[in-house]
Amino acid sequence: MMLDSNYKNLIIGVFLAIVCMLVLPYFIEYYTLSLLIIYSILALSLGLVWGFGGILCFGQAAFFGLGAYSYAVFAINIGESTLPFLLAIIVPATFAFILGAIMFYGRLTDVYLGVITLVVTLILFRFINSTASPEYMIGTAHLGGFNGIPNFQTLNIPGMPDAYIWDLDFYYVCFVILILSYLGLHFLVRSSFGRVSIGIGQNEQRAELIGYDVRKYKTILFAVGGGLAGLAGALYASWAEIVTPGLFSLGQSAEVIIWCIVGGVTRLSGPIFGAVILGLLKYYLGQQTLIDNNLVFGVILVIFVLFLPQGLAPAISSVWKKLLTAKKSTRNKLRKRAPRQMQRGHLNE
Amino acid sequence: MIFGMMKIINFAHGEFMMLGGYTTIVCVKAGANIYLAMLVIAPLIVGMIGLLLERLVIRHLYGRLVDTMLATWGISMILIGIVTMIFGNTTESISTPIKGWAIGDYQVNGYNFFIILVAIGLVCSGYFLLKFTRLGLIVRGAMQDPNVAASLGYNPDRIYMTTFFMGAALSGLAGGILAPLVGLVPSWGTAYIAKAFITVVVGGPAIIVGLVSSATLFGSVNQIFAFIFNPVFGEVALLLCAVILLRILPKGITNSIFKGKL
Amino acid sequence: MKINRRKFLSGAAALTAGVLAGPTFSASQTIKFGSLLDTSGIFDGYGKPMDKVARMAIEQINATGGLLNKQIEYVGYDTQSNMALYSQFARKLARTDKVDVVHGGILSASREAVRQTFRKSQIPYFYNVLYEGGVCDRNIFINGITPAQQVQTLIPAAVKKWGKKIYVLAADYNYGHITANWIKKYAKEIGAEVSNIEFFPLDVADFGSTIAKIQTEKPDFIVSVLVGGAHISFYRQWAASGMNKKIPMASTTLGAGNEQNILTSEETDGILVAYNYSHELDNDLNRKLLADYSAKYGDVDDLHLLALSHYEGILTWAAAVRIAGSVEGDKVSAVMETGLSIDTPSGKMTVDPQTHHSILNVYLSEFKDKKMQVLETFLQQPPLDTQMVCNLKTNPDDNQQYVIKI
Repeated sequence: MMLDSNYKNLIIGVFLAIVCMLVLPYFIEYYTLSLLIIYSILALSLGLVWGFGGILCFGQAAFFGLGAYSYAVFAINIGESTLPFLLAIIVPATFAFILGAIMFYGRLTDVYLGVITLVVTLILFRFINSTASPEYMIGTAHLGGFNGIPNFQTLNIPGMPDAYIWDLDFYYVCFVILILSYLGLHFLVRSSFGRVSIGIGQNEQRAELIGYDVRKYKTILFAVGGGLAGLAGALYASWAEIVTPGLFSLGQSAEVIIWCIVGGVTRLSGPIFGAVILGLLKYYLGQQTLIDNNLVFGVILVIFVLFLPQGLAPAISSVWKKLLTAKKSTRNKLRKRAPRQMQRGHLNE
Repeated sequence: MIFGMMKIINFAHGEFMMLGGYTTIVCVKAGANIYLAMLVIAPLIVGMIGLLLERLVIRHLYGRLVDTMLATWGISMILIGIVTMIFGNTTESISTPIKGWAIGDYQVNGYNFFIILVAIGLVCSGYFLLKFTRLGLIVRGAMQDPNVAASLGYNPDRIYMTTFFMGAALSGLAGGILAPLVGLVPSWGTAYIAKAFITVVVGGPAIIVGLVSSATLFGSVNQIFAFIFNPVFGEVALLLCAVILLRILPKGITNSIFKGKL
Repeated sequence: MKINRRKFLSGAAALTAGVLAGPTFSASQTIKFGSLLDTSGIFDGYGKPMDKVARMAIEQINATGGLLNKQIEYVGYDTQSNMALYSQFARKLARTDKVDVVHGGILSASREAVRQTFRKSQIPYFYNVLYEGGVCDRNIFINGITPAQQVQTLIPAAVKKWGKKIYVLAADYNYGHITANWIKKYAKEIGAEVSNIEFFPLDVADFGSTIAKIQTEKPDFIVSVLVGGAHISFYRQWAASGMNKKIPMASTTLGAGNEQNILTSEETDGILVAYNYSHELDNDLNRKLLADYSAKYGDVDDLHLLALSHYEGILTWAAAVRIAGSVEGDKVSAVMETGLSIDTPSGKMTVDPQTHHSILNVYLSEFKDKKMQVLETFLQQPPLDTQMVCNLKTNPDDNQQYVIKI
C-alpha cells in the first residue's frame, strides 16, 4: 500500500513535470527556463547533502564552479562535449569525496564544517581569480583569471561535434536531466544507503551506536552532492558559453542556500521550487532599478529563517496531498480513507 | 566577541564595519571632527543598529547556531542593499588625518600607528573590563550558564543585548577607523568578514587570548607571504593555514593550547 | 533549425528584388537599439553614466528626425554586474526583442559572454570601452583605446621626465597583464628598465606591504594599472605615507572612470596619464556635449572616458547607418570598413578596416586640481597591438580574442 501510493505520487509528479516542460516555453523564454532548470539541479544537490545528510555546506558553489571549469577546460582540449561532460561530474565528485573524507574523518561538525567549506570556496575563488597571467594553461586552455574562459565547444550530440544542442533543444535536454536526477535521488534516498544517511542526518550518535560507519556514509553522500553540482556546472557552462570565477563566489553559495531555505530541504522537491521561484524573481528584479536585489533576497532569507524554517515545499505538498486525498475519497466514497500517517512519512513527495 | 561569548556567528559583522565607515564619511562630509566621527559617533550609531537587529531578529534564534548564521547572512545582504540604494556603488572616501613621516630611508604611514594604538587600547581595556570588573564577571557568568545568572538576579536577556551592542559598536569603530585608508563601497564588509570569521572560529572560545593569538598568527602569515610573493598568496596561505589549524585543533587554539585562559 | 529573421528577410528581399523596396519589408517602424550595461552592482560606477549618455545620444538623434526617417527605440537591460545576466539578456535582445544593433558590455568577460550570441544572430555589436586589445571578429566594432595606444605615448614621456627605473603595479586580470607587457616592451625600446611588476586581485584594498617594497626598490617612477573601487585605496595609502612627494606616478587607468573625483587633488596632482579624451579639450563638439549633458543631468562630474567612448560609438554607428541607408549588419559593416571617419568631442575618430578597432587621438595629460590638463596631443594613433594579430580583410571569418605575444 505504501509503496503503491509512493509510486503513484511519483508517476503523477513525473507526468506533471513533463507537461510543465512542454507548456512552460509558451509563457517564459526558453533560455531563461534553461537557466532556472540548471539552478534547480544545483539546488537539488545542496538539498541532498543538507536535507538528507544534515551537512550544511557553505561551498556548494565550489563544486558548481569546478564542474563548469572542468567542462570548459576539457572541452577546449578535446573539442567534443561527451567526455568533458562526464569529467565535469567526476572531477567535482572526486574533489568533494576527498574534502568530505578530510572533514568527516576528522569529526568536524556544524560550524567548523561551515567554515571549512566556506574557506575552500574562498581559496578556489581567489586562485581562479589570480590565473590571468599566460602561464596558467591546462593543455590549450588558458584559465583566464577574472575574465574566465570563453569560446569552448558547447554541448553537442555525442559523437557529432558539429551538431550543437542549443536553444530549445538544450532546454529539453536540461529538463530531462533534471527529471532523471530527481528520480535518481528519489530512489537513492529510499535505498538502504539513503535510509541510513537520513538516520545519520537526524541523529548521528544513534546511527553510530547502532554500528554504522557514519563517516563513510557522510563522505559518499557529500561526493554525490558534489557530482550533481558539477553536472549543473557543466550545463551552465554550455548555456552561458563562458565560465567566470563568479561561479565560485560566496554570493553564488549564498543564493543556493537561500533557494534551499525558501523551498525547504526536508523534501527533494523543495530546493527545486526555491530555485525556480527565486530565479524568476531575480530575473524580473533585473528589469527594474527601484529596489536593490540584495535587499529583497536578504529580507526573504531573514523572514524564512524566522517564520518558515521548513520552507515552502511542506506547505505546498500538504495542499497537494489534500487535493489527492480529496480526489481519492470522492472516487472511493464508500471505502475508508487510508490511514493518515502512511502518507505523511518523512520521505513522501 | 559576539561569537565567543554568545555562540552566535554573525555574518553581518563586516557590514557593521561598513556602516561604521559610511557613518564616519557622512559625518566628516557634514563637517564633524574626524576623530569625533570615527571614535564616538560611528560606534554609537552602529551599536544602535546592532541593538535594533538583535531585538528584532537575533534574540529569537539564540542557541540555534546554524539559523543565526543564515539570518545574519540575510541581514548582511539587507544592509548592503540599503546602503547601495542610498549611496550607490560608487566609491566613497575621505583622506587620512595624519601625515606620513620618514624614519631613516623609509616613509611611514603615520595613520597606521594610530590604528595600532587604538587596537592595543581596545584589547587592553576589553581584557580589563572582562577580567576585573563586576560587569565583566556578570557577563562571563551569564554566557557560561544563563540559568544560574538569572537565578542570581541578573537578566541574561539584558546581558546578551548589551554584549551584542558592544560587539556591533566595536566593529563600527573598526569601520570608522579604516574608512580613511580605503575606498568604501557597500560590499566592502564582505572582504573582511571571511577573515574575521575564521580568526574568531579558529581562535576558539576564550575570547581575548584566542583572538590575539589567531589574529597575530594569521596577520603575520598573510603579510609574510604577501611580501615574499604577492597578496594572493598571502590570502591563500592564510586560508590554508586556517583549514590546517581547524583540522589539527578542531576546538580552536585556546581550547587546545591556552586552556582555561580568558 | 531556426531561420533567422535577418537571413529570412535578406533572402526574401533578394527574391522580390525590384518588386518591393527593402525598407518597406521591415517588421517595425522603429529602429531597435539594444543596450546591455551594469547600472547596478559593483560596476555601476562605469555603467550608469554610459547608460545616461546613450539615452541622451538616442534622444538627440530622434529629436533631429531619427535615422532613415525612423525613430530609435532604446531597449536597455541592467545586467547587475552579473555575467549570467549578460548571457541571458543578450539572448533576450537577439531572439525576443530582435534588436537591430547592440551597444554595451563593460568588462572583457561580459563582452565575451555575449559576443557569440550576436555573431550567431548577425546583429552588429559595438563594444565601446577601453580594453586589453586582441578581439578579432567581423561582427564587432570597438572604439575603446587599447594598451599599445596608451603606453606608446605614456611611457616614453614618463621616462623622459623622471628616469629609467620603472615599478609597475597592475590589476591581476587580462587587462593588467597585457598592459604590463606593453610597458615592458616600450620601456626596453627606449633603454629603460622595469624593475618589478606586481599584480593585485581586484578586491585587494591593503597596499601596506607593497608600499614598503617600493621603498626598498627606489624606482624613478611607478606606473599604476590598478582597476576598480578597492584599488582606489592605493592612491590614498600612497599619499598617506607621503610617498607621492618622493616618487612620481603614471597611470593607464586612473581617471578612466573619473576616479579623481573621489580622491583629493593632493592625492592625484602630478599623475601622468594618456587617454583619447579629457574634459578640458577645447573644441565645439566637446563644449556642446558637456553643455548638453549638464543641462540634462545636472553636472558632468560622472561623464567619464568610458561614457564618452560609448557616446562616440553610438555616433559612429548612426553615421554608418545614414550612409548605408539600412541598419542591416552587412551593409553597416561595409560602410564602417571603408575607414569611416567622423568628428567627435575627442577629435577625429577613424574606423580601422583591418581590425574593426579605432584610430584615435591620444592626449598625454597630467592631473591638476582633479582635472586632466593636456600636455601633448598625438594625432591618429592606430591600434598597433590588435593589428599585429588580426586582419579581417584577409581573414574575414576570424572569430577569437588573441593573446598578443610581445
